[in-house]
Amino acid sequence: MLNFSDLLPYTDVFLGGLLTTIELTVLTTFLGVMVGTLCASIRQYGNKASRRVVTAYVELIRNTPFIVQLFFIFFGLPSIGFLLTPWQASIIALTINLGAYSTEIIRAGLSNIPKGQWEAAKVLGMNFRQTLMRVVFTPAFEKIYPALTSQCIIVMLGSAVLSQISVQDLTYAANLVQSRNFRAFESYVVTALMYLGLAMLMRYVFSLIGKRVFAYREVR
Amino acid sequence: MIDFSNWDIVRNLLFATQWTVLLSLAAFVCGSSVALCLSAIRLTRNPVMVRFVKVYIELFQGTPLLMQMFLCFFGLSMMGYEISAWGAAILSLTLFTSAFLVEIWRGCIDTLPKGQWEASRVLGMNFLQTLRFIILPQAMRVAFAPTVGFSVQVVKGTALASVIGFVELTKAGTMLNNATFEPFKVFIFVALIYFALCYPLSLFSQFLEKKYHVAR
Repeated sequence: MLNFSDLLPYTDVFLGGLLTTIELTVLTTFLGVMVGTLCASIRQYGNKASRRVVTAYVELIRNTPFIVQLFFIFFGLPSIGFLLTPWQASIIALTINLGAYSTEIIRAGLSNIPKGQWEAAKVLGMNFRQTLMRVVFTPAFEKIYPALTSQCIIVMLGSAVLSQISVQDLTYAANLVQSRNFRAFESYVVTALMYLGLAMLMRYVFSLIGKRVFAYREVR
Repeated sequence: MIDFSNWDIVRNLLFATQWTVLLSLAAFVCGSSVALCLSAIRLTRNPVMVRFVKVYIELFQGTPLLMQMFLCFFGLSMMGYEISAWGAAILSLTLFTSAFLVEIWRGCIDTLPKGQWEASRVLGMNFLQTLRFIILPQAMRVAFAPTVGFSVQVVKGTALASVIGFVELTKAGTMLNNATFEPFKVFIFVALIYFALCYPLSLFSQFLEKKYHVAR
């Protein structure tokens, strides 16, 4: 009844989709964490007005589904004059989404830094920016690194929705293949397993990066 | 073409919202029941069973919810099991919800000192009694806030049911968009309704977290 060999002619389609998903993930993980770091810093150290703006952004994104955000950006924005390709809309939507979640996560890390660290840095003559970059960020990120890893993986899995605006990602490939050979179950199982592999790969890569970035703890 | 006033759009969206709410409730109830069973299985410390729960969690946390829905809806029907969009949505959301809840609850149960188990053992309680009278009441206090917090994810997860053709809030939004050609307005309304559903839950979760002083 199950017949996976029907999928073999479509290997290229799957690989193409996989590549698109990886590309999108790498790009938006990077951009999203940048946005998150910026917003978390604003939320932790900014003035009242800017903190309000960031909080509103975070709460709005965290309390609405990704698919609605995506539809709003892809269908809604062009109607008021911002024309976007599916690819651009995806990047924007994923970045905004990960940005909001990582803001919340990174802020938790920042608020965990003891006040003494700031005072010590001040005594050493560091200004605000130097203290952030050289003293605060590394231990803050180390603390929340597992949570951040999980969130990035969740966003990667969420990117399956992008197929709905015709981005040719892994899910799109699965839909294409099953519409050609009617092997829906097989096609989706294989794709699901590919996502699973991707999630595991991401966890592994993150842990490698983490080991390198947070190596200062080890005695040299 | 029929003209839609703002009120018409909102009215139709609100009508569809009841399905979002219903689906969320069903998914949450089914999901937490399954999660409860899986948690109990995990606590038996039977290596085979513990392994099974681990794989279950890994499988359903590591694959997209959308893919699970496709599998349940298109996959199962292709295999010869008739399933409605409603059934497929509940089934996949149950799998998704339970996988995350087991993981959340595991953290809550494991924070309890091991001495609690040993003390119950000494008092002659069996496994189920220990679970019922000692572990659950304590773990539930800790678990309350993150569980409510996760319910937001369930509500947002129901939006994906629109993709398999279940008419809930998001699907109603796309349908109204097709009828009115006003995507900007329609999707803002949709987003606002989701926000109105989820934000109180988020606030409640934050309130609970403060109340029980749970460090996460």
